Amino acid sequence: MPMQPASTEITSRTAAIIQELKGLEGPLLPILHGIQEEFGHVPHDALPVIAEALNISRAEVHGVVTFYHDYRSHPAGRHVLKLCQAESCQSMGSDAVAAKLKQLLGIGFHETTRDGSVTLEPVYCLGLCACSPAAMLDGQVIGRLDDEKLDEIVAEVRS
Amino acid sequence: MIPRIYIPGDSGALALGAEKVAKAIASELAERGIEAKIVRNGSRGAYFLEPMVEVATANGRVAYGPVKTSDVKSLFDSGFLTGGHHKRWLGAPDKIPFLAKQTRLTFARCGVTDPLSLESYKKHGGLNGLTNALGLTPAAIVAQVTESGLRGRGGAGFPTGIKWKTVLDTVGDRKYIVCNADEGDSGTFADRMIMEGDPFVLIEGMTIAGIATGATKGFVYIRSEYPHAVAVMNKAVEIARKAGVLGASVLGSPNAFDMEIRVGAGAYVCGEETALLDSLEGKRGMVRAKPPLPAHKGLFGKPTVINNVISLASVPVIMDKGAAFYKDFGMGRSRGTIPIQIAGNVKYAGLFEAAFGMTLGEIVDEIGGGTATGRPVKAVQVGGPLGAYFPRALFDTPFDYEAFAAKDGLIGHAGIVVFDDTADMLKQARFAMEFCAIESCGKCTPCRIGSTRGVETIDRIAAGIEPEKNLALVTDLCNTMKFGSLCALGGFTPYPVMSSITHFPDDFKPAPVRVAAE
Repeated sequence: MPMQPASTEITSRTAAIIQELKGLEGPLLPILHGIQEEFGHVPHDALPVIAEALNISRAEVHGVVTFYHDYRSHPAGRHVLKLCQAESCQSMGSDAVAAKLKQLLGIGFHETTRDGSVTLEPVYCLGLCACSPAAMLDGQVIGRLDDEKLDEIVAEVRS
Repeated sequence: MIPRIYIPGDSGALALGAEKVAKAIASELAERGIEAKIVRNGSRGAYFLEPMVEVATANGRVAYGPVKTSDVKSLFDSGFLTGGHHKRWLGAPDKIPFLAKQTRLTFARCGVTDPLSLESYKKHGGLNGLTNALGLTPAAIVAQVTESGLRGRGGAGFPTGIKWKTVLDTVGDRKYIVCNADEGDSGTFADRMIMEGDPFVLIEGMTIAGIATGATKGFVYIRSEYPHAVAVMNKAVEIARKAGVLGASVLGSPNAFDMEIRVGAGAYVCGEETALLDSLEGKRGMVRAKPPLPAHKGLFGKPTVINNVISLASVPVIMDKGAAFYKDFGMGRSRGTIPIQIAGNVKYAGLFEAAFGMTLGEIVDEIGGGTATGRPVKAVQVGGPLGAYFPRALFDTPFDYEAFAAKDGLIGHAGIVVFDDTADMLKQARFAMEFCAIESCGKCTPCRIGSTRGVETIDRIAAGIEPEKNLALVTDLCNTMKFGSLCALGGFTPYPVMSSITHFPDDFKPAPVRVAAE
C-alpha cells in the first residue's frame, strides 16, 4: 500500500490546490478533483482545510464528498479497472465478463487485490455502447471484451 | 502534396485499437521513409468498421476498415496511400451504405475534419451560423431557433426556442449558458462523439445561445467517465479563445462570451438539469423543485439556459441554413434530425443521424442489421435506463416524441439498446429498480425507498412467492414513483419496469412455469 502522507503535509498540499482553484465560480468540485488527483483519494484531513477556505461547514464538505461515486476515502490499487455494467453491455454478456474477471482477480466489485495491484469497480456506461462489453483501465478504453482481452488486462495489472 | 491519413482519435475507435493502428502506421511511414500527415479525426459513427482509416486521394477520401495492426504492412504494400485495393478497402466513406443513408446536419463534420483545427472547421461551414447570428437582434435569433422546431435532445423534448426566450425576457445582472454533457444513459454516445469529433460546433452553439439570451458565461458539465471528451473540449476552448471566437469580443463584435469545462464526479442524477446546477455550484447533486425554472433562477440563482450537447450543437446549422431548412426534416411536432445511437447486441452498431419518422423496426432490422449474436431480437430499450423496453410488436412505432409517448415509451436521448432472445426481462426490470436505488439523490421518498422495495418485490416474484400479489404491488409502487418523484429518475424508472411486465409477462411467471415453458 502506498504510504499515507502526514497530516501537516496534507494540509499544505491541500491549501496549495485550494489557492489555485478558489477563484472559480463554484470551486468545490474542481478542488476535490484536484485533491484526489494529488493524493489518489480525498484524505479526511483535507476536509477541514477546504471547509475553512470556502467558509462552509465540515459537514457540508463531507456531504459533497460522500455524495459522488468518484471520490475515494482510501487510496485505490495501482491500477483501477472499471467494468461497464449498464444495459448495453448487459445485452452483450457483461454479467459473465464480470464473473470471469472477479474470478481471475480474486476480488469483487469495490475491492482491491491484497497486493494492492488493482481495484475493480462497476461503472454505469462509458459511452462505448457500440462496442460492448466495455471497460476502462487507468483511463484507457477497451471495447468488445472477450476472453483474450480479459487475459491481457489481468496480465497488465499483475505486471 | 503530402498524403493525409485520417485515423480516428474518438474513444470508441480507441477502444477498438485505433491507437495501436496509428502507431503502426507512423512507424511504417518512418521505416519506408514516406512523408505523410496523420490527422486524428473523430469517428463517423460506423463503429462496426472502426478503426476506420481514411486517406485523402486525388479522387477524394478512401476508407479502409476495420483495420488491425496486422493489416498495416499489407495496406502499404497495396498502395493504400493512393486508394489501392486491399481486403479492408471500403471505398469512398460517404458511399458506405450505413453512412450514405444518413442525413447529417448536426454531425456533418464529425469524423470528416480535424477536431482541433479551426481552419478545417471553417472550411466545412463552421462559424457561418455564429456570423449570421451576430448580424441579428437577440429576439430574432430566438425566433429563428423557435421557428426551426428544435426540441431538447437531452430527453425531455422541450422546445429550445421557448427556453431561450424565457431567459432573454428575464432580467438579470448575469446570465449563464449551461451545457448538459452528463450523458449517462446506457446506449447513448452522441454527446461524446460530438465533443471528441467536432468540439467547435458545441462552442459555436453555446456562443449563439449566449448572444441570443444576453448570457456572457457558459459551462459545459461533462461526466468524468469521458476523459477524452474533457481533454478535447479543454483544448478546443483554448483555441477558440485565442482565435477570438470566445472572449470579450466574439468575432470582433461587441458581444462577450466565454466558457469553462467542468467535470462531474460519477453521479448519474447530475444529468437531471437542476441536480446538475447544484453540482456546478459545488453542492450535492440534489434535484430542485420547479418552479422556479432554471430560466428564471438557475445557476447561482441567475437566469440560465440549460441545454443538452446535441440541442446546442444543432443550433449552428439552423442559424447557417435557416429555420425553414431544418424544419423541413422530420414529422409531426418532431422537426429536424435526430442522431440515433444503435447499440448493444446489434450487428451494425453506431450513430445514425436521420430525420424523425423512421420506424423502430427499420432502425433495428434494416440499419442495425439485427443482433450481433444472430439470434432473434427480443426487446429494445429506447431512451436509456429510464426508457421502455419495446417488443417486436411495437416495431412499427415511428421515431417521434409523441408516437413513442403514445406507446408508453420515450425517445430520451435517442439511444437504442438491442437485446436478443436470451434476455431475461425480469432481470432487466430488477436492474432498473436497482440502478434507481444506487443513483437516487435521496430527495423524494418514492425514488429513494421505493426503488429498494422494488428490487425486493421483484426478487420475491422471481422466487415464486405470491407472484400475482407481488406483481400488483410492483405496479402500485411504480404508480407511486411515477407521480411522487420530482425528477425523471424516480418518475421514469417505472417505464422499463412496467414495459417489461406488460410486454413480456412470461418472464414474470413463477420459476417452475418459466422452466416448463422453455
